[in-house]
Amino acid sequence: MSNISVLIMAFLSVVIVNNFVFTKFLGTCPYLGCSGRIDTAFGMGLAVTFVTTLSGILTWLVDHYILVPNKLEITRYICYIIVIAGAVQLVEMYVKKFFPPLYKSFGIFLPLISTNCVILGICLFINIWGINNLPEVAVLSAGAGIGFTVAICIMAAIRETLKLADVPPALKDAPITLITAGLLTLGFMGFTGMIK
Amino acid sequence: MADGINTSPNYFNALTAGLWKENPTFRLLIGMCPPLAVTTAVKPALTMGLCVIFVLVCSNMVISLMRNLLKPHLRIIMFCLSIAAFVTVADLYLKAFAPDMSEILGAYVPLIIVNCIIIFRAEACASKSNVLVSILDGIGSGSGFTCALIILAGIRELLASGKFADIQVMPKGFVPWAAMQMPVGAFVTLGLLIGFAAIITAPKKD
Repeated sequence: MSNISVLIMAFLSVVIVNNFVFTKFLGTCPYLGCSGRIDTAFGMGLAVTFVTTLSGILTWLVDHYILVPNKLEITRYICYIIVIAGAVQLVEMYVKKFFPPLYKSFGIFLPLISTNCVILGICLFINIWGINNLPEVAVLSAGAGIGFTVAICIMAAIRETLKLADVPPALKDAPITLITAGLLTLGFMGFTGMIK
Repeated sequence: MADGINTSPNYFNALTAGLWKENPTFRLLIGMCPPLAVTTAVKPALTMGLCVIFVLVCSNMVISLMRNLLKPHLRIIMFCLSIAAFVTVADLYLKAFAPDMSEILGAYVPLIIVNCIIIFRAEACASKSNVLVSILDGIGSGSGFTCALIILAGIRELLASGKFADIQVMPKGFVPWAAMQMPVGAFVTLGLLIGFAAIITAPKKD
């Protein structure tokens, strides 16, 4: 049923071809707001990857074994949010205890991960795509997080160089970042059709 | 209310601040997912904007009513839960009465739950002020957001297909810009619009 090549294809598809940031515009806020420095961006990406994997699997289990059998689909969004907020709380406690400097550099962004669109997005898309075996769910959720990490790291690397560039005053900061992001999506469009 | 003296001018401010001075998309740069994702045409953008206004007003009202009961560390989760409840209402309503729009918007309707605008307004306004101010603030910010969506969608739809809200505008010989339909069109148009907004507001600062 779930042989290894299907899993690899699903992973490549969600990381590169259907990257959540570039094709679905999810997670654009941290992508624009938190990509000033490459180390912060990488840390943010790792935290998001961890939470997407955890919450993707948990929401699928909750959906599959609790909501659907009991006909409680109407409370789906509320349950998803509770699961995600719980997972974020867990990550926050863990990072605070074991990596205090990283915790300080995240600042306000860590609790805000629970409102990161990528995380709710992957939970919803797993549901929409109708994935019904656990390995594929795990691969897709981890892949969404890794795709986000790739995108935010590329962006941070470009922005570090962009600081030295001579940008027209009106386009400083956000506008030029958005235009750069647009050109990046154009680049990533080159992968379209590589899978399927 | 401790600030009972200066609440009367607040009503007008609360309503108008979101339209331009604190426009979520062009000035504050929050809630950037929907402006990029649903603006390929005007109709879905308008539907999205109306959903956001509905959710924003309702959640601001509820959060404002329970603001004295909120514990600081549980604040965000309470915001999210009340928002999720109203988004469920909006989503079911769309599915029942506008199935084609629901199809186009897809996962972006439930994604309103994690839209920064709504949580930001809850945090910045509704958890501090009375019900009427919160409702007006919701209407103001929501309308500002909807206007931004429609401007962006209008430009993209016009250039990508020569239409505005499905009505043919451009003359026959117009060659559609396919790039406007694609993600790159969204990012670049929004970038240029924000730059334009910065030019308009720049002289006032000096």
